[in-house]
Amino acid sequence: MTATMRRRGAVLLVGGVAATMLLAACGSSSTTSESSAAPAESSAAPSEAASEAPSSEAAVPAGCEAYAAYTGSEGTSVTLFTSVLPPEQQRYEDAWKPFEDCTGIDIVYEGSDQFEAQLPTRIAGGNAPDLAWIPQPGLLAKLVQAGGPVPAPQGVSDNVDQYYNPAWKAYGTVDGTFYAAPNSSNMKSFVWYSPKVFAEKGYTVPTTWDEMFALSDQMVADGIKPWCGGIESGGATGWPATDWIEQIVLRQFGGDVYDQWVAHTVLFDSPEITAAMDTLAGWMKNGDYVNGGFGNVQTIATTAFQDAGSPILDAECGMLQQASFYAAQWESFKPGAVVAEDGDVFAFFLPQISDEFPNPVVGGGEFTTAFSDRPEVQAVQTYLSSAEYATARASQPGGWVSANSGVPLDTYTDAIAGLSAKYLTDPAGIFRFDASDLMPAAVGAGSFWTGMTAWFGEDAPTQEVLAEIDAAWPAS
Amino acid sequence: MSVEAHEIIPMPQPDPHGRQESIPEAAKRKLSSPWATGLVILITVLWTIPTFGLLVTSLRPSEQAQNTGWWTIITDPTLTLDNYSQVISGGSVIPNGIAPYFFNSFAIAIPAAIFPLVIACMAAYAIAWIPFRGSTFVFFTIFALQVIPLQMSLLPLLTMFNKGWSLGPIPIFPDLNKPGTEQSIFIGTYVPLWIAHTMFALPLAIFLLHNFINQLPRELFEAARVDGASHFLIFRKLVLPLTVPAIASFAIFQFLWVWNDLLVALTFAGGTPDVAPITAYLANIKGSYGAQIHLITAGAFVAIVVPLIVFFSLQRFFVRGLLAGSVKG
Repeated sequence: MTATMRRRGAVLLVGGVAATMLLAACGSSSTTSESSAAPAESSAAPSEAASEAPSSEAAVPAGCEAYAAYTGSEGTSVTLFTSVLPPEQQRYEDAWKPFEDCTGIDIVYEGSDQFEAQLPTRIAGGNAPDLAWIPQPGLLAKLVQAGGPVPAPQGVSDNVDQYYNPAWKAYGTVDGTFYAAPNSSNMKSFVWYSPKVFAEKGYTVPTTWDEMFALSDQMVADGIKPWCGGIESGGATGWPATDWIEQIVLRQFGGDVYDQWVAHTVLFDSPEITAAMDTLAGWMKNGDYVNGGFGNVQTIATTAFQDAGSPILDAECGMLQQASFYAAQWESFKPGAVVAEDGDVFAFFLPQISDEFPNPVVGGGEFTTAFSDRPEVQAVQTYLSSAEYATARASQPGGWVSANSGVPLDTYTDAIAGLSAKYLTDPAGIFRFDASDLMPAAVGAGSFWTGMTAWFGEDAPTQEVLAEIDAAWPAS
Repeated sequence: MSVEAHEIIPMPQPDPHGRQESIPEAAKRKLSSPWATGLVILITVLWTIPTFGLLVTSLRPSEQAQNTGWWTIITDPTLTLDNYSQVISGGSVIPNGIAPYFFNSFAIAIPAAIFPLVIACMAAYAIAWIPFRGSTFVFFTIFALQVIPLQMSLLPLLTMFNKGWSLGPIPIFPDLNKPGTEQSIFIGTYVPLWIAHTMFALPLAIFLLHNFINQLPRELFEAARVDGASHFLIFRKLVLPLTVPAIASFAIFQFLWVWNDLLVALTFAGGTPDVAPITAYLANIKGSYGAQIHLITAGAFVAIVVPLIVFFSLQRFFVRGLLAGSVKG
C-alpha cells in the first residue's frame, strides 16, 4: 500500500520534473514552468516534489496537515541511536516516512547491538546522538546525573499527559524534571493457555483471582497440572520469579506499596512482601499445581524459561505466567503454532486480587531521550510521543505495542499486541514498571534473582531469603 | 669510495661446501619428510573445516541454515545464491545492501594504511641515519608506546576530536565546530578514523621500518653523502626502493587490521551507512532476533574477498618483509 503510493508519487514527481524541463527547453519563461509544475506537485503528496521546486510557501502540501506543527526545519537531520536492529528498523522507517516527507527532517537511524556500551562513551566523548531510546528508567537517571540528556519540550510533556497513564511520566522524570516519553512498551501481566484444551474441557477464561484458583483446582481434579514455570536463564536465572512477586505485590497492596518497595522504604523483609511470598507459595510453589510437564516444585529452578510453556501445547500443563514477548516462543515448540483466541495458544490478563487495585499491569518500555535542544530534534521528539506516530507504527506488521491511548485498538496487526495495548492504555488501570529493572543492580540483577532461585530450587525459608535480598541493597 | 650504489648491494653468501650439513639444510630435510607433510596437510584440513562450514552455510536456503547443521548438505544438497543477492542488493531483513559499507571500508582503510606508512618511513629514516642527540631515547619511547592498549585511549581521543584539547592555555587540537552549531566538524566524516588509525599504527610501523632501514649497509649512505646527496635525495632514491618489501608487508598488515576493525570504527564514526565500515554492517545484519545465520555468513564471505585479494597478491612481500624487519633488530 505505502509502496504503491510512493511509486505513484515518484511517477508524478518524474512527470512534473519532465514537464518542467520540457517547457524550459521550449524556451518558455521560468514563471510558466513553475506554474505548470505546481499542480503536479500538489497532487504528489511527498515533499521531494516541494524541495525540488520550492515554489509555494503558503499552503501545506496535501496529506501533510497532521505535520503542520513540526514544520520549519526543512533540510535538517536528526540522529536516533537505538538497540533495535533490522528488520524492526525498516518498520520504524516506514512508519515515520510521511513525517520526513512533509517536514523535510531526515531521521538518521542508527541501530547497534553494542548500544548500552556505546551510548555512555559517545556522550562522554562529546559525540552524543540527538535522540536515543533508553530501555530503563535507571539508565536514564544515571545519564542525567552524568550530564547529557536535555529536558523534554512542552509538546512532549503535553502528549504524555494526554495519552499516557500517569505512571509513565514519572518513569521519564529525574529529580523533578521530565526528560523522556515512552516509545514502545511491553506487558508482563499475561497468563498463557491453550484455547483448544480449554474448549475441549469446557473451561472458561478466569476474570478474578479466585476464579483462576477454582479453575486450577478443577484442572487438578481432571488430572492436569494447572501451572508450569521455569526460571533458568543463564546468568539471569531467577528473573521470571521476580516478575511473579511483582505481579502479586501490585495486586495485593497496590501502586503505593510497590513504589515504596522499589525505593526500599518497604523492605523485602516486611509484612507486605512476606505476605506476597506466601501468596506465591500457595500458587507456584504448591506441589498440587506445579510443575506441569516437568516434575516437582524444584524443577522450576532448573527449567529454562524459554522451554517452560511447551507442555501447554500437549495438555500436560494448564497455564503459564509470562510476558507478552513469549508469543515469539510458541513457533519453536510447534512450527506453525497459531497465537490467537481460537488458535493453539493465547493469553489472558492475570486477574486482579482486590477491587481496591483494579487492572494492575506490570510492564516495561523504552524512553525517547534527547541530547540536543535544536528545534528539529524537539520536533522529532514531540512527533515520536504523539498518537499519530504510535498509530502509524502500530499498523506496521509485527507485535509492536504502545501504551499511547490515542492508538485505536483495531490498529494493531497482532492479537497479543492489541490485547497488551488494551490493558496498558486502560485509564482505570494501575501501571508499574518492572520493579527489578528499577532497583539497584546489586539487588534487581543480583540478590533478588539468586534469592528467588534458592527459594524454589533449595526450598530456602522465606524469611531467610528476604533478609538476604535486603542485605545486598547498596548502603547509600 | 665513489662506487655506484647498486654495486654494493650485499651479495648472497656463497654456499658452504663443508661436510657438515648447514642448519637450513637440516631444517629443510626434516620438514620435507612424508610425516611432516602429512601432518601439515592434516592441520590445514582441520583449520579449514570451520571456514568451509561457513561457506556451505552461506549457500544454503535460510530455513535449512536455521534448522540443520551444514554437514547435512551431504544428504540434502540444496544450494542457493539467494543469500548473496540479499546481502549485495538488500532484502526483507536488510533494506540496504552491503555496497555503501563496502565503499566506506575502502575509504577508511586505504588512507589509514597510507598515512602511517608515509610518516613512519620518514621517521624511521631520521631515527636510523640522521645522527642527533637522544635519537635512541626517541626510538625507545616510540617503541614503548606499543604497550598502551588502544581501548584506553578511545575516550580521550573521542573527546579531543569533539571538544578539542589544550594544554593549559595552549590549544593543541582546536575545537572545530560546524558554523552555527555545537557539532564538531568531524562528526559524520572519515577524518577521526584516519587520524586514530594512523596514531595507533605508528609505533609498530616505525619500529619495523626502523629495524629494516637500519640494516641497510652504511657504505651506501657514505657513498651517497660523498657524492653530495641531501637527506631527502638519499631517502627518495636509496631508502625507499630498498625498503619496498618492508613497506609492502606493513601496508598489507595495516590494511587488513583496519579493514577488520569494528571497535575503532564504531567509536569514532558510528553505525550509519554514511561512514560505517563493512564490519559494522556485519555486526548488525543478525537483526533484532539474532538469527540470520545464512546472511551473516554470506556477508562475511563478501567482506573477506578484499583481504584475500590483497593478501594473495602481496604475500611474498608479507613474509619476507616482516622477517627482514624484526629478526635482526
